[in-house]
Amino acid sequence: QSPDPLITELQPWAQGFGDGVDATPYGLPIEFEGDVIRRNVEWLTADTVSSINFTPIHALDGTITPQGCAFERHHSGAIELRKEDYRLMLNGLVDTPLVFSYADLERFPRENHVYFCECAANTGMEWAGAQLNGAQFTHGMIHNMEYTGVPLRTLLEEAGLDMAGDLSDKWVYVEGADASSNGRSIPMEKALDDCLIAFKANGEALRKEHGYPVRLVVPGWEGNMWVKWIRRIEVTDGPIESREETSKYTDVLENGIARKWTWAMDAKSVVTSPSPQAPITHGKGPLVITGLAWSGRGAITRVDVSKDGGMTWESARLAKPGEKMALTRFYLDTDWDGSEMMLQSRAMDDTGYIQPTKTQLREVRGLNSIYHNNCIQTWLVRSNGEAENVEVS
Amino acid sequence: EKFGLGRAALPEEIAAWDGDIGPDGTGLPVGSGDALIGEDIFATQCAACHGDFAEGIDNWPKLAGGADTLDHEDPLKTVGSYWPYLSTAFDYIKRSMPYGNAGTLSDDDVYAIVAYILYSNDLIEDDFVLSNESFFDVEMPNADGFILDNRAETEYNIWRGEPCMENCKTEVTVTMRAMVLDVTPEETGDDAPAPDTKVEAAKVEEAPAPVVAAFDADLAAKGEKVFRKCKSCHQLGEGAKNRSGPVLTGIMDNPAAAVDGFKYSKALKSAAEGGLIWNETELAAFLAKPKAYLKGTKMSFAGLRKETDQAAVIEYLKSFEE
Repeated sequence: QSPDPLITELQPWAQGFGDGVDATPYGLPIEFEGDVIRRNVEWLTADTVSSINFTPIHALDGTITPQGCAFERHHSGAIELRKEDYRLMLNGLVDTPLVFSYADLERFPRENHVYFCECAANTGMEWAGAQLNGAQFTHGMIHNMEYTGVPLRTLLEEAGLDMAGDLSDKWVYVEGADASSNGRSIPMEKALDDCLIAFKANGEALRKEHGYPVRLVVPGWEGNMWVKWIRRIEVTDGPIESREETSKYTDVLENGIARKWTWAMDAKSVVTSPSPQAPITHGKGPLVITGLAWSGRGAITRVDVSKDGGMTWESARLAKPGEKMALTRFYLDTDWDGSEMMLQSRAMDDTGYIQPTKTQLREVRGLNSIYHNNCIQTWLVRSNGEAENVEVS
Repeated sequence: EKFGLGRAALPEEIAAWDGDIGPDGTGLPVGSGDALIGEDIFATQCAACHGDFAEGIDNWPKLAGGADTLDHEDPLKTVGSYWPYLSTAFDYIKRSMPYGNAGTLSDDDVYAIVAYILYSNDLIEDDFVLSNESFFDVEMPNADGFILDNRAETEYNIWRGEPCMENCKTEVTVTMRAMVLDVTPEETGDDAPAPDTKVEAAKVEEAPAPVVAAFDADLAAKGEKVFRKCKSCHQLGEGAKNRSGPVLTGIMDNPAAAVDGFKYSKALKSAAEGGLIWNETELAAFLAKPKAYLKGTKMSFAGLRKETDQAAVIEYLKSFEE
């Protein structure tokens, strides 16, 4: 082996200057990471204004999703709403209907929490068979951020809930300020439990595409309920049964009957690398197999990985103990002998739930559910290191 | 503990934003409209995406059809086949439609559009006036088609315990590969190849000899009204030109796919090669369910479900001989 010129020769970056501190007042990733971006699947929807894109989970590590590449879902486009023009109304069965400005919200005691937000349709294109070739496309309708905001409970109590009487059968209806409004009904129990009126994510203001200046956070529940640009919260004595909770986000079973109010996202995991967009490029030897696991009903307690399509499993290492309703990173540090692998991961949460196989899901739900597909994913990794999305027996 | 933050919401402010309508009709405004008025509004405000007959264009939502498909492969979920509450249609259209110009429809407009969608789903007659008072006279076919989340009973109590770690299966084979479908976006920006569109030629039986029946002028007059559904695509008579559908002058009892200069579907062309003649029987069957009769047809129309409508249109077409 000859000496490496990158070491033996003086390199330009070691000789002259780099950028000064005022070159990028707000930085983007370095150009060499330019392919780590959200992507759209054009044939999925009629128009990008009412569509979804996908987080490049195959290229990320750790658990926090940078806002700039966290998936977007809009029903009428991402609007630009200034903090000064922002109003939040609480009305309905409250003692005093109130209007808050953005500045008002910042004066309530606030909290910080890390939560994942997963679209109920994540992995939805895979019900009938292996279709999209990449973890970004099969599992990228998810992001995980640290939110700063005011508990919804605090605002509801500020408006007063005496008038609502028995709260056990009450609901809140929430809607956004954009043209779609994306109204959803949420049971009062959840509204008072852990919902957050959030205005910061990962330490900075929400991005436009995630609801700037204020969005709702509904931990563990399907992303459609996390209303962006939230403008109104109405206490009601029943669900509104809006378009987004009847015609959409309901799950048709094999007999044609549909489940509704399937809010919680069940435990799920996926190997993010190696995967079709993240092939093995280094040949046999030490290999880090890694992925993400999450549960909308609790904390991840264990993730098992199989290299042979589910015949044998070994438990992966969690980067840190699972946190409730947040992404958990797992690693399997292994030695690859260069032979073909059928890679799978299987998550368990603290309710004792085990992530099901596709076959198990289909036995209960058939093929037409669209939403809530949390099946075990298989990547066929060939001896040349390339990977493909497959289904196995 | 109260913080004393915010201010009281004024009644005018609440009225401006609080427009949601509950499944029991709470919030439903006073107003009315019927399908005939709705058809005109729909044509200008909705049809660009949802099609003239609410059948949906390209990937835009289909609002009509799909009856009895919910337990089939790829069910068609429309206002008629799937939506459990009519209030949802009013609530959504009033608040969020038309797409790109939301919140601009009057209450009467919304009643009329909802009526037209119901009519397109064969759920009301064209003289039914939908109003806040008649709202609950409409029965939604799939009102009982929903159950509450029952994962706790059907899934959570099964998928638990100590999972298998060794000898969980004796062998594993790949049963399906994403490469085969090849619908993943290319990172280089190349377009994915179009999905396989295999067109099966319709079975064509030998056409019976045409039966010459007396022309029914009254029936043809009814047919002229029904033909309004066909008009935006098909022209008739003097000066008629091919639009998105061929000219229909002289179609009766003549060979299919015979209009010069119109690009027929492969399916219709091969049916014509097989000897298809548009007699009353064949045309009625086609009009009833175009896509079922001729798989691969370009005609996007959902169909005329009523036999009387089929007969009337056929009679009307008879009056346009070459």
